[in-house]
Amino acid sequence: MNGLVLPIVFAALLAVAALIGIPSYPLHIMIVILIWSFTYTGWSLMGRFGLVSLGHGAFMGLGAYATALLWNYAGMTPWLGIPIALALAALLAVIVGYPCFKFRITGHYFALVTLALTEVVRQTVIATRDHTGGSLGFTPTPKGNDETPGYIALQFEDKETWFLIVVFVWLVGLLIWRAVDRSMVRNALDAISEDEDSAAAAGINVTWEKLKITVLSAVMTAFGGAMYVQYQLFVAPDTVSGIGISLQIVFAVVAGGVFTQFGPTFGAIITLLLAEILRIYIGTDAVGLDNAIYGVALVLFIVFLPKGILGSIEDAVRRRIDRPERGKAATVSDL
Amino acid sequence: MGKIDTRVWLVVIAATLFACLAYVPAIIREGDLGFAVSDVFLYEAMINGLLLGGVLALLSLGLNLIFGVVDVVWICYAEIVMLGMYGIYYLHSVYGVPLLLAMPAGILLTALIGYAVHHLVIRHLLDSAPINQLLATGGLLFFFQSVATLAFGIDFRNLGVSLGSFPLTEDIYISWSRLAAFIVAAGCVIFLYLFLTRTFMGTAIRAISQDREIMTLMGAAQGRLYLISSAIGGGLAGLAACLLVLQYDVHPFVGLSFGPITFMICVLGGLGNMVGGFIAAFILSELIALGGYHFDLEWGYVFAFAFFIAMMFVRPEGIMGRRS
Repeated sequence: MNGLVLPIVFAALLAVAALIGIPSYPLHIMIVILIWSFTYTGWSLMGRFGLVSLGHGAFMGLGAYATALLWNYAGMTPWLGIPIALALAALLAVIVGYPCFKFRITGHYFALVTLALTEVVRQTVIATRDHTGGSLGFTPTPKGNDETPGYIALQFEDKETWFLIVVFVWLVGLLIWRAVDRSMVRNALDAISEDEDSAAAAGINVTWEKLKITVLSAVMTAFGGAMYVQYQLFVAPDTVSGIGISLQIVFAVVAGGVFTQFGPTFGAIITLLLAEILRIYIGTDAVGLDNAIYGVALVLFIVFLPKGILGSIEDAVRRRIDRPERGKAATVSDL
Repeated sequence: MGKIDTRVWLVVIAATLFACLAYVPAIIREGDLGFAVSDVFLYEAMINGLLLGGVLALLSLGLNLIFGVVDVVWICYAEIVMLGMYGIYYLHSVYGVPLLLAMPAGILLTALIGYAVHHLVIRHLLDSAPINQLLATGGLLFFFQSVATLAFGIDFRNLGVSLGSFPLTEDIYISWSRLAAFIVAAGCVIFLYLFLTRTFMGTAIRAISQDREIMTLMGAAQGRLYLISSAIGGGLAGLAACLLVLQYDVHPFVGLSFGPITFMICVLGGLGNMVGGFIAAFILSELIALGGYHFDLEWGYVFAFAFFIAMMFVRPEGIMGRRS
């Protein structure tokens, strides 16, 4: 039951709230937060096992650009374009992930290899500027007013439709998180992150287990990218790829908490709300202030709260609940 | 012996790849080997690549020193260079300090930043997972960038000093500032090598990078050596800033354009291995220059990064690294 009821209740509440009516601006913020939450959840699937990828900008960029390019140049509906984009992301994850895991590239070496990957995608987008618009960004062709129905172009004028879609997507993301959390893969990966050689000696196929979670994470991130471009109808290399966005993903998840189901969502809420609040109350004089706060916060989090805000709160709550039982001998179920 | 053999093979393969990248696109385009071989602009691109390699080698030097000694990757290293560039720009263009005074001041500034980064952040994370150290410096990257945005705005600023260029042959011109960067980088490698091998402090730094625990037991002041290395690393960032500010505009995001390539160079050379980093800088800079000449500058970077990823699979310990 754990991790199943709460997400569904939240999703239902959000859906009802949207149907009752939320003003357009808060609705927009919530949609953006939910799309990013989904992406962050995708990243945290890997991050929680010590597979810190700085290359998720690559998958996000691929998901966004492949979907939009197929729509603009081949006239392919996102209903087909998104699966193709996801397949490409999975392929890219295998091409880079397989040798990485095969040759035991871990820790900061893994982070730096994936960092190179995200730069490859960013520079490729800029280099192919004749088709992708380069640094100036890319806009999917708007659907004609009557020729193409919105559900084929996956473009909707009203935010309520989008909101219901992303609430559903977000819920699926949380359920994937839960499924991984309860699976054998999780045990295997926990063992691998503790000690790779021992895990291999215990009969775990290290490369295969890591590859599975990487592909899943990459596909989710690419889907987040596709959602992003379909909703915003604009994408630029620096907003979906490159070192900046990769670090943003990592930061939000670390701030929220890598090890908990709602951690990435919480991270998305605090980071995006902080940016919006600063933008509204301080205005354009303070361009960059949000990032300055993020930067300091990221350092402080890593020094003082490595489990993230939500993770630390949950720990504190659990400790309080567990306290009466302290002193009892550990039972098998505790292990 | 086996190790030497693989290195020889790598050199042969690299040279072949290099020749292919240099000439094949030209042959395909012109359909004539003679033309490709006598293409003056191709050689100009190669020389410029060599000179770019000097700058990149200098950039990777400080990062390599810090990694070799403290065992931490400073993702924010290029941002420290950026702050140094701003420091020199403001001292010279706004406050009218002569360039020859502004540059040492810039180096001092970045050395202090390097000291502060270690003292305020890294010191507390020495026992954390390597990835946490990397992420903490990622936070500093955001911080430095946005502080620069807040303080200086997002305008591109140019020092307005040009050293000009001189003709090597009739058609090939070489920019003095690039040549200076190349020479300073080479000088720094030699100087740092002498410092690390010939002085007491250098020997202590090398010793502590080999075994932290034992050296501490033997009475080496670990914390002090780390701080000194970080300050020297920061100072090297300032030196790189002096040379970069002569060639490029300063803006808060300038670090992003050469930061990633700097890490790739360090890793490709074998993290902490300065000679390896020096060689890797020239390999990647030639890839960038030739890719840029035949296709597009961005394609040059794509080639360089793709080459880096591929090399990580072939030699994860770096081209000059030892397999542990």
